[in-house]
Amino acid sequence: MMSWLPENVSTYGKDIDRLFYLIYYITGATFLLVAVAMVAFLILYRHREGRRARYTHGNTTLEIIWTIVPAVILVVLSFMSQATWGNIKSRMPPADVHVQVTAKQFNWEVTYPGPDGKLGTEDDLEMENEVHVPVDKVVLVHLKSKDVIHSFFLPNFRLKQDAVPGREIQAWFQATKPGRYELPCAELCGFGHSGMRGWVHVHPADEYDKWVKEHWPSA
Amino acid sequence: MSDGMSVAATATHVEHVGHEKLGFVRTYIFSTDHKMIGRQFLFLGLFMMILGGLMALMIRWELAWPETQVPGTRWIPEPFMTDGYMNPAFYNQLFTMHATIMIFFVVMPILVGCFGNFLIPLMIGTRDMAFPFLNMLSFWVGAVSGVVMLAGFFVPGGHAAGGWTSYAPLTAVTQYTGVNWGQNIWCISLILLGISSLMGSINYITTIVNMRAPGMTFFRLPLVIWSLFIVAILLLLALPVLTSALAMLLLDRMAGTSFFLPAGGGEPLLWQHLFWFFGHPEVYVLVLPAMGVTSDVLSTFARKPIFGYRAMAFSMIAIAFLSWVVWGHHMFISGMNPLLGSAFMMSTMVIAVPSAIKTFNWLGTLWGGSIRFTVPMLFALAFVNNFVIGGLSGIFMAATPVDIFIHDTYYIVAHFHYVVAGIVFALFAAVYYWFPKMFGRQMNQTIGQIHFWLTFMFFNGAFFPMHILGVGGHMRRIYNPLQYEFLQSLQPINVFITVSAFLLGLSQIFFVINFFWSLFAGKAAERNPWQANTLEWAAPSPPPHGNWGETLPVVHGGPYEYSPPGIPEDYLPQNQPRQPHLLAAH
Repeated sequence: MMSWLPENVSTYGKDIDRLFYLIYYITGATFLLVAVAMVAFLILYRHREGRRARYTHGNTTLEIIWTIVPAVILVVLSFMSQATWGNIKSRMPPADVHVQVTAKQFNWEVTYPGPDGKLGTEDDLEMENEVHVPVDKVVLVHLKSKDVIHSFFLPNFRLKQDAVPGREIQAWFQATKPGRYELPCAELCGFGHSGMRGWVHVHPADEYDKWVKEHWPSA
Repeated sequence: MSDGMSVAATATHVEHVGHEKLGFVRTYIFSTDHKMIGRQFLFLGLFMMILGGLMALMIRWELAWPETQVPGTRWIPEPFMTDGYMNPAFYNQLFTMHATIMIFFVVMPILVGCFGNFLIPLMIGTRDMAFPFLNMLSFWVGAVSGVVMLAGFFVPGGHAAGGWTSYAPLTAVTQYTGVNWGQNIWCISLILLGISSLMGSINYITTIVNMRAPGMTFFRLPLVIWSLFIVAILLLLALPVLTSALAMLLLDRMAGTSFFLPAGGGEPLLWQHLFWFFGHPEVYVLVLPAMGVTSDVLSTFARKPIFGYRAMAFSMIAIAFLSWVVWGHHMFISGMNPLLGSAFMMSTMVIAVPSAIKTFNWLGTLWGGSIRFTVPMLFALAFVNNFVIGGLSGIFMAATPVDIFIHDTYYIVAHFHYVVAGIVFALFAAVYYWFPKMFGRQMNQTIGQIHFWLTFMFFNGAFFPMHILGVGGHMRRIYNPLQYEFLQSLQPINVFITVSAFLLGLSQIFFVINFFWSLFAGKAAERNPWQANTLEWAAPSPPPHGNWGETLPVVHGGPYEYSPPGIPEDYLPQNQPRQPHLLAAH
């Protein structure tokens, strides 16, 4: 099933994928175990004349085992997930590039801070549905919404974050490969929800410099 | 006190045993008999299931062949369809109403409304519910709520289109969706349904606590009654939260308040907290009765006591308690504090443990049994299979980092269909199992087998590939996947799912034919056709008004005494007095 995952091009994406594989193997093995046991029991213990079902009300030892084993596996999974979650959510690395994305029905308004690095100043630049960022740099997205809840989804970056009106939410990524990646909205936002999408252009360092020069010739 | 109540209830009922000739209206329409109310809920639920299913098929057509003419829909007028082409706004109405109908008007009325009403008095050994009039009111308020819900399609602007989760502010301001009265009607209908279900749950709790037959201790209750008891408590506590949230949403829409609107100082995430604080217990309201039905059916047809009865009861209680502290796992990417995400991940992982216990105990019940592959048994086994898949896929979402990717994709759609649409297997198991008691006739077992195998095959064909779509990043609630470059290669899977879904729909014709044919012309059912232990099988099929004739049954043992040693039969009904040596053994 993993081959269906879109190509990953972000730094923490591989940690998410690793957890995904791990859970996939654990749940896959559990499913096989249960399914094989069930089919085996259904064949072995099908009704036959003259054989009577075993009269038993349970087995405490067995029941303790199958309570504790899943509990231990799930607790270990929680701690492993927590490590990755903390890296993504609570220990954001210092940002190299800032972009403000304001969602509205049914577009992404992208605001670049310009050479002064500050949003809300004269040299800001606005684009619709186009995010330009350099490769291998930490990009901090300042996410806002003008109307309803939208969700900023970058499948190739393993990034999804709701944009909620009334607050600014920060999300970050660091792209590892230049290219053009799709940016759909993942939260129902009205009749135009389907088709609300933008593009993220990840540029190599020199190409990114050129793009900056083009839009801020004075800098 | 409990004795006093049951004696009083018995006395009042005995009076009208014998001269209870009621007119047509009091017997079939405004009936206060728990069995008739149960049947009414069943017909309401089955009718709504057809509507909800047809909506699902229209959704599936759109996803497989986007923006083409949907066959047979040219009669649907603007603004829903234009000459058979579906408008995006109508697509949103369809998935909103598909979910609303299936959850609130199919699974709840059938599993909780129908089987709760029909089974509780019969299985605990009493003559009716504690409050028969309230019971009738509960059904009729529920039915009115259903009519109100369907009326939403006929108002200008169309029906609610904000998803069954109805996230504000999308649903709080008319201009965001263009839906005006549709959304109001959606809120009003669910407030009515909340009242209906509140009346039902008060009735269930009172009846189970106060009116059990002599000898029916709590730990002699069948697990399906345990599940309905716990569900009634969950409903009693969860629905007022939904009702309050809906009232707030209506005020935002109609009275200019700003509970959920940031412009007026409100908070959009408040809606999600309130909705999911109700919504997650609600999921267990749907699944617990399915677990109860499955436990009863598995034990009966494995001819073997349920494995770990107390563990089964306690794990349902544990699930009920934990269901109040997991709602935040619906909100990992909503922008709430990441520390809350960590806490909700932990509680969500913990709630998987009692679910695992139940699965292993079902396997333990099969082990060493003498298994009869009747139609209800096949459906119950399939429910276990679906529940295992749906439970395991839930672990992906519980792990917060993985959820970042699969949240709001088809992975979650696959997950909750394996759980909630999987519940329909338990629902069918219950219908096939209790049909003889309910209508006094047997359903046809051969047609039932065909119905089962086709349903099982096409169910998995329709829902399993959705996992793959989700892993590929396919968002849910989109009208046309071909608008996205990265989804182009997944389109054949969408087509495969749609074909399976149509075949799944067609397979249900076998059920409809079997149901109605058996209702009028099925083989007459004996009192205890499955040779089961629980009390309802001690009453005639169908049971008369008052259920038990002159005297109430007396309970001598547990519900799952199958294949006990020392007697020739492989079952020992709860109301049958025990031999002294068996008493010692138990």
